[in-house]
Amino acid sequence: MSDSLLQLRDAGLYCPGGDFYIDPWKPVERAVITHAHADHARAGSLNYLSSTSCAPILRARLGLDIAVQALDYNAAISIGSVRVSLHPAGHILGSAQVKVESGGYSWVVSGDYKLQADPTNQAFEAVRCNGFVTEATFALPIFRWPSSAETFAEINAWWQQNRDDKRASVLYGYSLGKAQRLIAGVDASIGPIYTHGAVERMNEIYRQSGVQLPPTIYAMDATTKDFSGALIVAPPGMNGSAWIRRFGNFSNAMASGWMQIRGHRRRRAIDRGFVLSDHADWPGLLSAIQQTGAEQVWVTHGSIAPMVRWLNEQGIAAMGLQTQFSEEDSSEAAIPLEPEEVDAP
Amino acid sequence: MRRFAELYFAIDGSTKTNDKVAALSKYLREAPAADAAWAVFFLRGGKLPAPVPSRVLAELAAESADVPPWLFAECYEAVGDLAETAALLIAESPVHQNEESLDRFITARLVPLRSMVKAEQRKFLIESWGLLSARERFVWNKLITGSFRVGVSEGLVTKAIAAATGIGNNVVAHRLAGAWQPSAEAWEALADHDATDANPGQPYPFSLAHPLEGEPESLGDIGDWVIEYKWDGIRAQVIKRQGEVFLWSRGGERLNGAFPDIVAEYSSLPDGTVIDGELVAWKGAVLPFADLQRRITRKNPGKKVLESTPARIFAFDLLEWQGQDVRSSSLKQRQELLHELPLHFSPVLQPKNWEEAGELRIGARELLSEGLMLKRRDSPYGVGRERGVWWKWKLQPYSVDAVLVYAQRGSGRRASLFTDYTFALWENDKLVPFAKAYSGLTDSEIREVDSFIRRNTLEKFGPVCTVKPELVFEVAFEGIQRSSRHKSGIAVRFPRMARWRTDKSAADADTIDSIKALLRESVGPEK
Repeated sequence: MSDSLLQLRDAGLYCPGGDFYIDPWKPVERAVITHAHADHARAGSLNYLSSTSCAPILRARLGLDIAVQALDYNAAISIGSVRVSLHPAGHILGSAQVKVESGGYSWVVSGDYKLQADPTNQAFEAVRCNGFVTEATFALPIFRWPSSAETFAEINAWWQQNRDDKRASVLYGYSLGKAQRLIAGVDASIGPIYTHGAVERMNEIYRQSGVQLPPTIYAMDATTKDFSGALIVAPPGMNGSAWIRRFGNFSNAMASGWMQIRGHRRRRAIDRGFVLSDHADWPGLLSAIQQTGAEQVWVTHGSIAPMVRWLNEQGIAAMGLQTQFSEEDSSEAAIPLEPEEVDAP
Repeated sequence: MRRFAELYFAIDGSTKTNDKVAALSKYLREAPAADAAWAVFFLRGGKLPAPVPSRVLAELAAESADVPPWLFAECYEAVGDLAETAALLIAESPVHQNEESLDRFITARLVPLRSMVKAEQRKFLIESWGLLSARERFVWNKLITGSFRVGVSEGLVTKAIAAATGIGNNVVAHRLAGAWQPSAEAWEALADHDATDANPGQPYPFSLAHPLEGEPESLGDIGDWVIEYKWDGIRAQVIKRQGEVFLWSRGGERLNGAFPDIVAEYSSLPDGTVIDGELVAWKGAVLPFADLQRRITRKNPGKKVLESTPARIFAFDLLEWQGQDVRSSSLKQRQELLHELPLHFSPVLQPKNWEEAGELRIGARELLSEGLMLKRRDSPYGVGRERGVWWKWKLQPYSVDAVLVYAQRGSGRRASLFTDYTFALWENDKLVPFAKAYSGLTDSEIREVDSFIRRNTLEKFGPVCTVKPELVFEVAFEGIQRSSRHKSGIAVRFPRMARWRTDKSAADADTIDSIKALLRESVGPEK
């Protein structure tokens, strides 16, 4: 797959005019990063470019010694013969769409994005372009998200009911992004909020970046053994682990777009599934693509084939792009295991 | 319908049995009698005859959601459940507070669908979808497709009814046995503290066996045990009361129509007699299960079928004698009475020790028996699956090493994962498919195999993927038969994966000939 501005190479999506890669899956000389999730931001490259709010997360995840150049949203710089700018993608804090432009011709690589409102990051902005690279994680019409207000009302009702039944509420969500969105969105007056270490580390960075989060307590710092009425926010990998048993009698739930499908929740044997995603749903993807005005669309990770066929039937030239970003089950639902927390000394 | 949908999600929203029992008994206490009856019927796995073919339901849902058929098919593959796919795709209507009862939805909206032409069904279905919220619509679609499973067992429903009505667990189980038909009256009779249970055809709940774990020596003195062959047929209960014979399957199905020969044989029994036994196809010896299967599906078998495939019951227990429930007397006493009757009995084996019993078990295969049944001589007849009373000591299954060649995505909790596999064996230098299996792997193995399939799909035919023939599994199965319908020339019973042979490559897999040798071993040489 190739265009004058972008090519697919062994290490990832490459821009020959600027001699850089976008979200490469192998170490390269210069990597432009859309956001800090593990499948998009990999270690080992010599130089990184990311949005200003993404940079501290990138350092926390890839190492404090990496070389990161931070760029504000909507500010453009020249790299080689192309102009590069970053634009809010609405996925997680610091997530960006990368625009590459040369001689009035442009491509936008959107990384992961959502259109739904989220108080923990800047809202998605559609950028006009000739070519658009879109994700397709939830590119089927069965995925239509309820409003986040509806989902948070459900979560709050569940938490409240558990508190009345004298049990804890364990809520699973990815430690970077989803966890903070959950913490910012729940009704913190219901009870105390405890967190897993991986979540708490990211909370700190979010707070330092100016995101308002209610108070949270790192679970290892708890001064009580009675967690009834509390909300515990932990990465999905903790489900069924020894770490989780300390919370005694609890109901568990997961917040993810995959919870739209009953089978996904049932095979994890969790009590409740809340539909809350940091990816665009089907109407969201179609509306984003339309707003860009792109004549050409490349589709990566997820339901590539249906999205490509649908766009082609609508008269938009679309092609599938085989990337190494996480696919279907492995992206949001079967998140890589977080190392179990070691008790603080 | 709204309350029933709430019940569904309350049961679905917990993995804990106590929560489920509490939710169900609350519903049963509060719902109108007719609704309670339907809830019991569906949660016990009851099905109404499909009112709309799935194909038509899919078509109408796609049309109503304004989605082309190919995209509907993609969605179905991701969801793995037609009712759910349809519920997710149909656009949300403005919020309705529909208060129509479950009974009304069933009797006025579901049952009539069956006798309608497609255009009418279309109008009816689209109207009903418009009345409901997305969640209610999902439960409604589940009722229409008849695939109503929400993780409750028969025992859990019985317990919830007992809790809601104050009637004892065993009495509830007894009243529900047989073909329990849902109606307001049936619910009231179920919940009635003074009822005398006068229905002459009412069967008793079946006593069920546990598989023997460990060595039989752990059961103690062999003299304490009654030992019989475990026949490869279906469990049946025969009732003779008030001059009439009632033949019941374990699933609560009346079998009188399919087995007039059995009914005739048992009509000579005195009134007030109930026996338990195994129904088999028999012609000088037990015939393969497939022959019996043909008999079960023929509701009014002609003379030719009755002659070519006669059926008989191996009677092994007596539950009622001279109108008295004798289930609490010992097996020894019950069998003594039973053996006075003019019936066919499962022979009572008398090995002197467990070693001899083991030899009988090995020999069972030649008789087309699945192994041995071990029952405590002094035990009463149990209700349901009581432990320690009846054990089944089955033969080791057959097994072969086979290559995974096709895969298909699963449904339900396995939605969108590749979990349904077809296995092949070598014939000369070609791999010939011989069995499909989808159980036996752990969740993490399934994920690994799923990821292999995604990376190694050679071709796609609709939902079926041809997979690079690399992975080898030990496939176990219970029985084996010649078959002209299968390319491999054989058909196996209950195939499943015993283990993933990561130590073997495709070239190490077994041949069709090796499985045909098992065939000769089990039913003698080909004529």
